[in-house]
Amino acid sequence: MLGKLTRAAKEKKPSAVAFLLLITILLFVVMYAVGMVVFADKGFARPQMFMNLFISNAGLIVIGCGLTIVMITGGIDISVGSVTALVCMVAADLMEHKGMSAGMALLSALLIGLAFGLVQGYLVSYLDIQPFIVTLAGLFFGRGMTAVVSTDMIAVKNPQFLQWANAKIELPIGYTNRNGAFIPAYIYPTVVVALVVVVVISIMLRRSKFGRSLYAIGGNQQSAVLMGLNVRKVKMQAYVLDGLLAGLGGFLFCLNSCAGFVEQAKGLEMDAISASVIGGTLLSGGVGTVIGTLFGVLIKGTIGSLITTQGTLSSWWVRIVLSALLCFFIVLQAIIAGVGGKKLKK
Amino acid sequence: MKKKWLSIVLASALVVSCTACGSKATPTGGTASAKTTDGKTITVGFSQVGAESDWRTANTTSMKGTFTKANGYNLVFDDAQQKQENQITAIRNFIQQEVNYIVLAPVTETGWDTVLKEAKDAKIPVIIVDRMVKVSDESLYTAWVGSNFKLEGQKATEWLKDFAAAKGLKNSDLHIVDIQGTIGASAQIGRTEGLEEAAKTNGWDLLAKESGEFTQAKGQEVMESFIKQYPNLNVVYCENDNEAFGAIDALTAAGKTVGSDIKNGQVMVMSFDCTKAGLTDTLNGKITLDTECNPLHGPRVQKIIDALKSGGTVDKKAYVDEEMFCADTTVPKVSISGQDFNVTKLTQDVLSKRAY
Repeated sequence: MLGKLTRAAKEKKPSAVAFLLLITILLFVVMYAVGMVVFADKGFARPQMFMNLFISNAGLIVIGCGLTIVMITGGIDISVGSVTALVCMVAADLMEHKGMSAGMALLSALLIGLAFGLVQGYLVSYLDIQPFIVTLAGLFFGRGMTAVVSTDMIAVKNPQFLQWANAKIELPIGYTNRNGAFIPAYIYPTVVVALVVVVVISIMLRRSKFGRSLYAIGGNQQSAVLMGLNVRKVKMQAYVLDGLLAGLGGFLFCLNSCAGFVEQAKGLEMDAISASVIGGTLLSGGVGTVIGTLFGVLIKGTIGSLITTQGTLSSWWVRIVLSALLCFFIVLQAIIAGVGGKKLKK
Repeated sequence: MKKKWLSIVLASALVVSCTACGSKATPTGGTASAKTTDGKTITVGFSQVGAESDWRTANTTSMKGTFTKANGYNLVFDDAQQKQENQITAIRNFIQQEVNYIVLAPVTETGWDTVLKEAKDAKIPVIIVDRMVKVSDESLYTAWVGSNFKLEGQKATEWLKDFAAAKGLKNSDLHIVDIQGTIGASAQIGRTEGLEEAAKTNGWDLLAKESGEFTQAKGQEVMESFIKQYPNLNVVYCENDNEAFGAIDALTAAGKTVGSDIKNGQVMVMSFDCTKAGLTDTLNGKITLDTECNPLHGPRVQKIIDALKSGGTVDKKAYVDEEMFCADTTVPKVSISGQDFNVTKLTQDVLSKRAY
């Protein structure tokens, strides 16, 4: 099935793409299995530990999906962390200081994301400016605007919002605790939203004309033009969708932290990019799946969990292991996808 | 074909090496936890903000030094690298590990409701250290240990009042500028409040206040602009040591001398924290008064855990004891609402005995 989606980018070997995804999933499974065996006595084998990966990273999963879309076109978006901070701050400010409802806060989050997507998309696709520079400006602007809205830390106390944030969805799986009571595993609504986004985007990338156009453009822009694709329009749409997902992801992030402050989500864009790359997305475009990105996020979360559970290692090891994995995947991509030299500009 | 074959070999080699280093890290964890299950060892999960300052490092060292294996504890330590989301994740992890107690040094005051609720549901007591948390329900945490920042401000200003009186200075002779900490931080709020109240009651000339964000670079920048705007300033109230270093650099560069002799044109620098570097400057007279912000929270937290363990109740708020250091002895002690606080005369001996 992976063959189908890459057919547009004719030069890629389908088996290679599937192999990359397989490696990512395999790595996650192996890591998690090792954790379950070694830290069985520390609760690592419990279903909730697994669910926590999704709970803590729901926002990042959605943001990573958006980023994967622009990376498939050969672009990048490093403004997503700042957009998240701005969304959290505006949402918190609207609810706590302006007396607005949680629904309005969600709407404003999506509008902020949309605005970023439109402006950045226009600059990248119609004025042909480097996406890195455009979104770097977006990064500064977003963080700056966050400080303009407020430099205080705003705690969200809106009852509707807290209800969304704290609505536990109990699952039929769980574990029996020391006292013999069955404790079910749970997730929050944010996780459901994130998974729905992954499924929808995944189907869109595989089945829709828009999705295939993305791969075609990323694979070889000139051929895409010759094939009669409206490259500018498709790119614009990619950035708008990415912006919207950043807005939504930012709101999910806010539901997890229930607060808005200037320093929030600093460096989140790098986490999202690394998750995409570990998930098999090529920085040069044309290759990538959101399922891979989902696993990229889960791998990052698992490394964190392993190191926290271990308890004596410095948590900076998360970064070191991540960097090793990134190197590994980039080298792997360069070799397997057969795009070495010519295409890996970064 | 040859390339493909090679790549598969290479890839699998890397995967193996990756899992190998993954598992290499784990045996230590395995053996450590094996010990915890065999008896009365108490597991404490500590989520620390990061390692951004000397103060923070001292705070971490104090915790690690208190909750040792020898004392019957197993400390699970997590450094959040200044990120709230990392702390939330770490606490969720502690809950799954079924630690006996969670200690949290929060990076922010807000945003803890959800995860603290999860801890409460799991019946794990949470002890907050350093910064306070703002939560909708106070029962979400068991106790808080930290500094009384307002009292620090009150002690410092009370000392200034007594010192000025002893040196024969009138209230109207003091022209004070305040280099504030990061706006919104508990330390900034408390220390600024202490100064503002004292300025009001004593009729001091509080020229200006501006944030130096607790950093040396920003402290220097703010001081430079103060010197230009207010040539008559003679007391600089810095809300931490790093800002004081910056202010001293700016004053020296502008041709001013720092010291306690306000009458003869010196500019007095007051500071908070009492890091080793800060106290070194206090010893050589650059900083006149340094008021301590005690990072040694470990023993206090241990006391709370001991009380909880034996089924006792604990105070919701516990302040750590804090001192004041000055190189001279003009003012031996200050009194605030009837309580006396000694001003320690700083000597090389005192300095070298300090833990941080």
